[in-house]
Amino acid sequence: MALDTVAIAQTTPEAIQPYAQLGLKPDEYARIRQILGRRPTSSELAMYSVMWSEHCSYKSSKVHLKQFGDKAPKSDALLVGIGENAGVVDVGQGYAVTFKIESHNHPSFVEPYQGAATGIGGIVRDILTMGARPVAVMDPLRFGPADAPDTRRVLPGIVAGVGGYGNCLGLPNIGGEVIFDETYSGNPLVNALCVGVMKHSDIKLAKAAGAGNLVVLYGAKTGGDGIGGVSVLASETFGAGGSTKRPSVQVGDPFVEKVLIECSLEIFAEDLVVGIQDLGGAGLSCATSELASGGSGGMKVALDKVPLRDPSLSPEEILMSESQERMCAIVEPEKLARFLEICAKWDVTVTAIGEVTDGDRLVITWNDEIIVNVPPRTVAHEGPVYNRPMAQPAYIDDVNSQTVKVPIPNTAAEIKATVLELAATPNLADKSWVTSQYDKYVQGNTIQSQPDDSGMVRIDECTHLGVAISTDANANWSYLNPYQGAKLALAEAARNIATAGARPLAVTNCLNFGSPEDPGVMWQFAESVRGLADGCLEMGLPVTGGNVSFYNQTGAVAILPTPVIGVLGVIDDVRTRTPMSFESAGLDLYLLGDTHADLAGSEWAFMHGQRVGQSPTADLAREMRLIEVLLAGRVEKIFSAAHDLSQGGLSAGLTEMVLRHSVGATITLADVGISLLSESPGRVIVAIEPSKTDALSSLAAKYQITLSRLGTTGGNALRINDAVISLDELRTAHTATFQKLFC
Amino acid sequence: MRVGVITFPGTLDDRDAARAVNVGGAEAVSLWHADADLKSVDAVILPGGFSYGDYLRCGAISRFAPVMNLVIEAAEKGMPVLGICNGFQVLCESHLLPGALTRNSDLHFLCRDQEIEITNTQTAWTSSYSVGQKIVIPLKNGEGSFQCDDKTLAQLEGEGRVIARYVGQNPNGSRNLIAGISNARGNVVGLMPHPEHAIDPLTGPTAQGLGFFTSILNDMVK
Repeated sequence: MALDTVAIAQTTPEAIQPYAQLGLKPDEYARIRQILGRRPTSSELAMYSVMWSEHCSYKSSKVHLKQFGDKAPKSDALLVGIGENAGVVDVGQGYAVTFKIESHNHPSFVEPYQGAATGIGGIVRDILTMGARPVAVMDPLRFGPADAPDTRRVLPGIVAGVGGYGNCLGLPNIGGEVIFDETYSGNPLVNALCVGVMKHSDIKLAKAAGAGNLVVLYGAKTGGDGIGGVSVLASETFGAGGSTKRPSVQVGDPFVEKVLIECSLEIFAEDLVVGIQDLGGAGLSCATSELASGGSGGMKVALDKVPLRDPSLSPEEILMSESQERMCAIVEPEKLARFLEICAKWDVTVTAIGEVTDGDRLVITWNDEIIVNVPPRTVAHEGPVYNRPMAQPAYIDDVNSQTVKVPIPNTAAEIKATVLELAATPNLADKSWVTSQYDKYVQGNTIQSQPDDSGMVRIDECTHLGVAISTDANANWSYLNPYQGAKLALAEAARNIATAGARPLAVTNCLNFGSPEDPGVMWQFAESVRGLADGCLEMGLPVTGGNVSFYNQTGAVAILPTPVIGVLGVIDDVRTRTPMSFESAGLDLYLLGDTHADLAGSEWAFMHGQRVGQSPTADLAREMRLIEVLLAGRVEKIFSAAHDLSQGGLSAGLTEMVLRHSVGATITLADVGISLLSESPGRVIVAIEPSKTDALSSLAAKYQITLSRLGTTGGNALRINDAVISLDELRTAHTATFQKLFC
Repeated sequence: MRVGVITFPGTLDDRDAARAVNVGGAEAVSLWHADADLKSVDAVILPGGFSYGDYLRCGAISRFAPVMNLVIEAAEKGMPVLGICNGFQVLCESHLLPGALTRNSDLHFLCRDQEIEITNTQTAWTSSYSVGQKIVIPLKNGEGSFQCDDKTLAQLEGEGRVIARYVGQNPNGSRNLIAGISNARGNVVGLMPHPEHAIDPLTGPTAQGLGFFTSILNDMVK
């Protein structure tokens, strides 16, 4: 194909351009022509098509997401907010923590191993780009039914990809989720979270300032993989009979990324960059336009200088390639020599490809001919914005008007069967088959990981300062009521951190939904965002960033609305955390919080094929009081253990606690069926020494949290009223499921 | 006493190993793969990780790193060398130890708390333990199955050079449940599980791995 230059574009305004194949709509194409005052060159068209994709431009979600800013609570903790690669939070002692969660759903369905692997790689680079050392990852995963044939293809590949990449980077995997539902068959969700640590003074931003400064590309060479990953793959639904889209999936090389991390941290430590951006979705198109846009706007790039894995790539392909493990830095000329030296030490390929210029145009040349000349803001930030039509879907009134009808156990035999059934159901069963494929020990700072309520890492070996993170979503509740669902997920994630005694500080989110072109899906999305923004305002937790993944839909079937909420918290001394379970007999067990007949959206209802009823209503004021109880209980050393109740209710919570250290419990319950199965939010099991009874009572009374006695610890069985479930049979039920499904 | 910890590109557990050395009472000294300089250390640790990505055989490229020539030379003169996980693989590729580490029998990466039994306390790295002592330390690798021919196996067993064995079910298909071996002289030890991740119950399953790092001090006193 002949080179298309700006000069040619000016003289051939009527040339037919393949904008539709690149994912652009006719009016979007018209707008590009209007911005430029001529037709775009093929390279410009390539850039606009990837940057104006749903994935990069947030064109359907932007009008809703601005609530996170409009309703932002006052927070002294937020050092860098939404808009940069990741938000940065002050955790004290001069430390700052950056964390973010992103989706890699579509690539992981097409090519499970590489899709999941590069999902980890991408989020880790986002964290690195802020100037931080990545210290841990987490991965909430969702699949079709556990016994579906395609799940057997997708799940092992995704788990191996998460492990293969993360393990090789030396990042402990400290938690996540594995959830099954039929709406995720054909649309598995692979969300990846990374957290990084730095000193306040080390924060880096994506901006190209200072005319004459150099644009330096370093890391892997550019290849033909992942072309159009954000546009033709991640911003469309999967249809029947289409192409496999496999070439749009990137291929990762974790070794190169590990070296890139160490090399970058050494470069940062010597203060050699003015601005920095990683190359992820939309590759060089994104990095150059965002860096230029973050500065004064002027930048000149010689695209022919980009080192290539495949010398036959065209300029358009180079601009669109999503080859992994690449970074783009803005470097002052006098610091280039040292920059090159550090890259040489790590055997990292590095090339100066351009410079920051005066003016406000991003100019890209190919062998000295101008192929791109655009105002970078129009590429990076001023893309189309859609107010998509939305309407409450018809199913809402229908399901909300029904009530859950499920068997409620009462006799000893029924109780035992129910507890064992819940322990073994795939959504609640032991996930060791998955987590044992992840390195949780590397770096030597992991305090908590699966199956604890949250992941926790130490960030200072002397002071024992640490951070805790949890990610949660309850898509069944979000389906019944997306507004409440988002609030409840936020509350759950915050509670999961607080059980260990860490104070929630900030929120990230990964909003996974079906097609935004479906008004019902758009309504689910809008309600979820409204719920999350209201919830964050009420709980005083700022949203630091996040990610929207639309088009998780095959044909007419959209996934359940799945807003995955990540909450980060801080703990001043990790040695004093409250553990998730008890190690000794003779402790008293109490329940904090109220239990109602909340079966709608519960695991028990799901197991009986019922997705009806009304979700619980989030009471965030009460959740905040409960958090204060948990934090005070840690400081006052009242708790021997604390464990959050969520999916599977008290039955699942007790199962997890007694199996953790093989210490049983004897529990007495009134209204035993509902007590075991209800998933009323805002509840925590705590274990205390009997001598702490008064302290616990007065703490609960002070914060007006209902306290009820459950029983005592000890023995080699879980006894609930007259039912006796030996720990051996409970463990067998809990651990056999994944072995049977995936070995 | 100075203990060198080598960093190859792709090494992951170097900072953990250095921490363990320091907690054990020696001074950790960072060594870079490309430097032909052992910085006058008294012993060397090759830590875990995926050196050069392990895309060829594990350890096959690292074995040719400039620093390895010095390590091989020093080891042959009796300097204590401990290879953990990827480091064990590098020692096998360097022919400082016999055999090879192959893919785990179930073909998955496996990370878990593993009980092992110390079976030889005469080496530079195991003298803090007693024979038959059982300890729990993390095991985490994809290619940890120790393999060798029958003659080598008979020699290792006959000479008491199996220094640690897995207890219970074989986690990765290693012959004779071998978790670690030494050379004939006892100064070079390769170990698949990770004692450097078990120096503090706060961050590891136990503190029972610390013995490997205190043993080396006993060795120097001798």
